[in-house]
Amino acid sequence: MAEAASPKKGHLLEVTDLKKHFPIRKGIFSRITGHVFAVDGVSFTIGHGETLGLVGESGCGKSTVGKAILKLLEPTAGEVHLNGKKISDLNQLEMRPHRREMQVIFQDPYSSLNPRMSAGDIVGEPMYNYGLAFGKEKEEKTRQLFAKVGLRAEHMLKYPHEFSGGQRQRLGIARALAVNPSLIIGDEPVSALDVSVQAQVINLMMDLQKEFNLSYLFIAHDLAVVEHISHRVAVMYLGKIVEMTDKRSLFVAPQHPYTEALLSAVPIPSPKMKRKRIILTGDVPSPIRPPPGCRFHTRCPYVMDHCKVAEPPMKEVAPGHFVACHLRQPGQAMYAIAAHATSSARTAGATEH
Amino acid sequence: MTATTPAAVIDIIEPPKPIGQQIVEFCRRNTTVVFGSILLLSMVIIAIFAPFFAPGDPLALAPARRLRPPSETYWFGTDMFGRDVFTRTIYGTRISLIVGISVSFLSTLIGLVIGMLSGYVRMVDAIVMRIMDGLMAIPGILLAIAMMALTKASVENVVIAITIPEIPRVVRLVRGVVLQIREQPYIEAAQSIGTRFHRILIKHILPNIMAPLIVQATYICAAAVLIEAGLSFLGAGTPPNIPSWGNIMAEGRTFFQIAFWIILFPGLFLSVTVLAINLLGDGLRDALDPRLARRM
Repeated sequence: MAEAASPKKGHLLEVTDLKKHFPIRKGIFSRITGHVFAVDGVSFTIGHGETLGLVGESGCGKSTVGKAILKLLEPTAGEVHLNGKKISDLNQLEMRPHRREMQVIFQDPYSSLNPRMSAGDIVGEPMYNYGLAFGKEKEEKTRQLFAKVGLRAEHMLKYPHEFSGGQRQRLGIARALAVNPSLIIGDEPVSALDVSVQAQVINLMMDLQKEFNLSYLFIAHDLAVVEHISHRVAVMYLGKIVEMTDKRSLFVAPQHPYTEALLSAVPIPSPKMKRKRIILTGDVPSPIRPPPGCRFHTRCPYVMDHCKVAEPPMKEVAPGHFVACHLRQPGQAMYAIAAHATSSARTAGATEH
Repeated sequence: MTATTPAAVIDIIEPPKPIGQQIVEFCRRNTTVVFGSILLLSMVIIAIFAPFFAPGDPLALAPARRLRPPSETYWFGTDMFGRDVFTRTIYGTRISLIVGISVSFLSTLIGLVIGMLSGYVRMVDAIVMRIMDGLMAIPGILLAIAMMALTKASVENVVIAITIPEIPRVVRLVRGVVLQIREQPYIEAAQSIGTRFHRILIKHILPNIMAPLIVQATYICAAAVLIEAGLSFLGAGTPPNIPSWGNIMAEGRTFFQIAFWIILFPGLFLSVTVLAINLLGDGLRDALDPRLARRM
């Protein structure tokens, strides 16, 4: 994709044409009989202090993107640059110093904490690993981190099972912060939490962003959450990004039919307002045999013959607004869909019924 | 509960109870563990202080007093050479416990290392597991006979012969637990915070293996005591000049109809020891892993 061809200064993270294919093995000799195209050519950048929201339905590969960037999974192809340094082809040992720059918060606050380590040890471990602090100093720093994420110093001696879900996620955040990273990848960090606790954790993350100038890659399936925290949003469908733009234009004028359908599913908190729902028919096609041409053509309400054979390239329809759809031409953001399908924008587009 | 607002999280930290009270509570809840340990502990004491309990010489022959039934002087009677069965049984405790403990210690230690590597490093796994399958196919008795034929009968050989077929069981257990744990997000989390390979194994994976491993070790111990007795009974185990329960019973076998006591008393000791170890293992399993207890 054009916008990410060469490493530019100023971007903290630059992902170019990232691919992750999982082989499917069968039989006694573990012959490779096919691939799951979990992530199939994803490119984006994240600036300093910026939050990029990555949304999509389950199984579209958004978590795999996060893990491939972190090198918890080895990417099949593509490049990842962190601070201008190419990290995608480093081995685990060479990768280790770069892990300090980039941390992760996991979805499940229960299984992402070792049940046999105390909370203080969990948060202190990254500092031990990088030789940042030992003994009393480590304890003091852990205490400060606990205070930062809204936990009390007495909690340091407790074990994960003694905490609530929200508190455990705070522990996860404290652990990620312990090495002063510049990028935090949140792999659905709030989707396992109650709504009231979600808000607390998100606000905490936003406060920490301001304080430490953190960048986030915020992976989620909840559009309301993404709208709240993100500066820019990328929408993924079946291993590819279909639309990427700043938060405002995405929610006001989505250009891709899939984004439009997603947004129409967000409930409006008013009994009088109703929006026309775009109900997609059928299931997401299997990522083992993705459909030819545009991957969305099997479910797209505006499908044309052309869509079934040619894969739409990423086009910049408005400054900073990228869409992969044959209906859109470069430089011409069209609001036609929004007009005849009724607007699906959450902020402005709710129509009275 | 102290005054907390409904929204406030429960953060009352209970002061830890005094250790003595904790132990009393544990014992009340796990009576099998207590019963098993008391039995086993008395066996250990008997083994260590054997000369004190049985002042005589277990090898002293007295043909004039052979095949005497149990009496005040000879509590467990005498065998066909006039040796005191009581003294021999007491000394036999040593061999059984030494074999049981060393086999369970060695096989869990070796099995733990191999199992952890095989579970965590996929490259090693395929090869190691095939070797383990091969080892599992060797019967302990045959191996013991082969080793005796190659070298000479000794307690060390018995320990080795029993240990080798036990290792694959431990490897399989450990590997299974490691495979389960390595998929946990907290292992990924440990990687992402730069935890080194050996530290992940020791700090994150090992503590989760300890509970099932300890339980398995007790079962291996009980099995080893039984196998040792069996091997000695067949004449493929402890050399006959060392009194072990299996040896005593093997020698008394031919006189069973006229002198039952030669077989009865070592047999009783053997049963009680194995029972004690199994009780301890069962109790520990229930105490360490409540999920397993419910499944039984």
